[in-house]
Amino acid sequence: MKWDLILSNSLYTAVSANAVAYILVASGLNVHFGYTGLLNFGQAGFAAVGAYSLSIPINRFDWPWPLAMLLVMVLSVVLALLLGIPTLRLRSDYLAIVTIAVAEIIRLFLNSVRFTWLTGGNDGLQGFTRFMENINPFPDDGVTLWAQKVDGYRLWLLVTGWVLVAVVSTGIWALMRSPWGRVLKSIREDEDAARSLGKNIFAFKMQSLIIGGFVGALGGMWLVLDKQSSQPQDFSTTFTFFCYTIIILGGVARAKGPIIGTMIFLFVIQFVDITLQQATRTTPQDPTPLLPTWLVDDNNFSQIRFIVAGFALAALVVVRPQGIFGDKREQAFDVR
Amino acid sequence: MSAENSAYLPVPGSRKDDAILTVDGIRRAFGGLVAVNVDHVEVPRNKITALIGPNGAGKTTFFNLLTGFDTPDSGTSVFNGHRLDGEAAHRVARLGMVRTFQLTKALSRMTVIENMRLGAANQKGENLFRGLVAPLWRGQEARITSQAEELLRRFNLSHMRDELAGGLSGGQRKLLEMARALMVEPEMVMLDEPMAGVNPALKQSLLEHIKGLRDEGRTVLFVEHDMDMVREISDWIIVMAEGAVIAEGTADDIGANQAVIDAYLGAHHDSDLGDN
Repeated sequence: MKWDLILSNSLYTAVSANAVAYILVASGLNVHFGYTGLLNFGQAGFAAVGAYSLSIPINRFDWPWPLAMLLVMVLSVVLALLLGIPTLRLRSDYLAIVTIAVAEIIRLFLNSVRFTWLTGGNDGLQGFTRFMENINPFPDDGVTLWAQKVDGYRLWLLVTGWVLVAVVSTGIWALMRSPWGRVLKSIREDEDAARSLGKNIFAFKMQSLIIGGFVGALGGMWLVLDKQSSQPQDFSTTFTFFCYTIIILGGVARAKGPIIGTMIFLFVIQFVDITLQQATRTTPQDPTPLLPTWLVDDNNFSQIRFIVAGFALAALVVVRPQGIFGDKREQAFDVR
Repeated sequence: MSAENSAYLPVPGSRKDDAILTVDGIRRAFGGLVAVNVDHVEVPRNKITALIGPNGAGKTTFFNLLTGFDTPDSGTSVFNGHRLDGEAAHRVARLGMVRTFQLTKALSRMTVIENMRLGAANQKGENLFRGLVAPLWRGQEARITSQAEELLRRFNLSHMRDELAGGLSGGQRKLLEMARALMVEPEMVMLDEPMAGVNPALKQSLLEHIKGLRDEGRTVLFVEHDMDMVREISDWIIVMAEGAVIAEGTADDIGANQAVIDAYLGAHHDSDLGDN
């Protein structure tokens, strides 16, 4: 077992550009669910819109990248309006149903054969990251952090991504301590009470949906910049539920929650994954793996990792139900 | 106080020369059930008016219709010269009519002081973009906070200032809800069963608080089942039964009103069923 490799790789995964993407998507969801109480089960849809609003114009129509980023913003707002206008006047359950359906529609559209000319279909789109590569100041062969090699492009994405995370998280924190954020929290607690005090809750919910959706789209953008490929299967509902796991781990309605939540989540998954990979590996010199093959072998460990990681995360939540940054007192009140 | 009130005729729909709220032909049906069907009612300004009636009389539905939480099928209501029917709830509140709820709605996972601050109207920081820039709303926030602290003192909640509202007792939540409604600085306060589930000691102080609202120039309309309380603090009483207003008057008028007795006890309550 190469523990330095396992640990350095797991730690890197927890702070990589991929982690930045998860942090952003989860932060957006935190605005919806954590602060406003909006049950959005389609955050992956916002991420997909962010990813493809960048990759389609650049790959297919040679748009300059600032224009594509503007499209990311515009389309995420449009999606929020489309989801919000029919559902935000209704009970929160309806938003849940509509968001999960719309996110799936988006994914299936991106995956469809008929629109492959536009979306790239199942193969996805590549070659839209050149603008990011061109402004990369780091040498291409990158650096070695402990036992983990990081190429220049990924290092550049990591650095810029964390700047973005800092800006977004500070922005969310600043908004949530303002009277605007107070109204969002009051809607989460009891929207009729907020209405009775003269707050136009529809407008506030819509603003929340737009902001959280836009942040989620930024996350989707970072996800595909890191992969250098946008593919529909990355935006399945599993992505949304990973983000729920992340914000519950980190502490719901805490600006820092998605950051630490993502780090724990990705570290645990990656640690279990490569530990099992090492423990089931066979080489010509050493044909017996560390773990017995009747239990797990190198063909099925990748399924096992989610089972093991699931147990680990469940244990964390049992030990600390309010999440890392949550307030234990808040757990005492069953609001819904 | 009943001397000046006797100026109003104790009949359903009686005119008041200083009505703050006038309701005409408000009707609301749920399928075949007509929940509210009020011909004409006027609520006098700067008085405490009680809305009473047996269970299912339509009192809470009437409240919801007035405050924008429900929309009438037909009819008009005018508050201070503004039409209320068809207005959204938050606009009714901004016009100066604020309600509380039968089941108290404390914002559990927010502190008491945050509950209070939320109530203040016209907050600059409630705009998304100004909210980002704290210096734009800090000054107003400080004023709101001192106003809130004063109200908390008045309602004996100062010691709970930084507790989560979910940790308050039932009676304290009633107090908080009333205090929070006052943060809006309403002209008219609508209290839906303010005494429900409150212990007798706290009841007395709640009564004083409600009287205090009138004394500082506000109008109070409240739904209540506790007749002792209704008798003690109301200047005027409106009685509903089966969706309609069946009687109006002072406490003495109402106590002697045959329609009211019939509504509460049934029209045949003193005839002997055996005789037929």
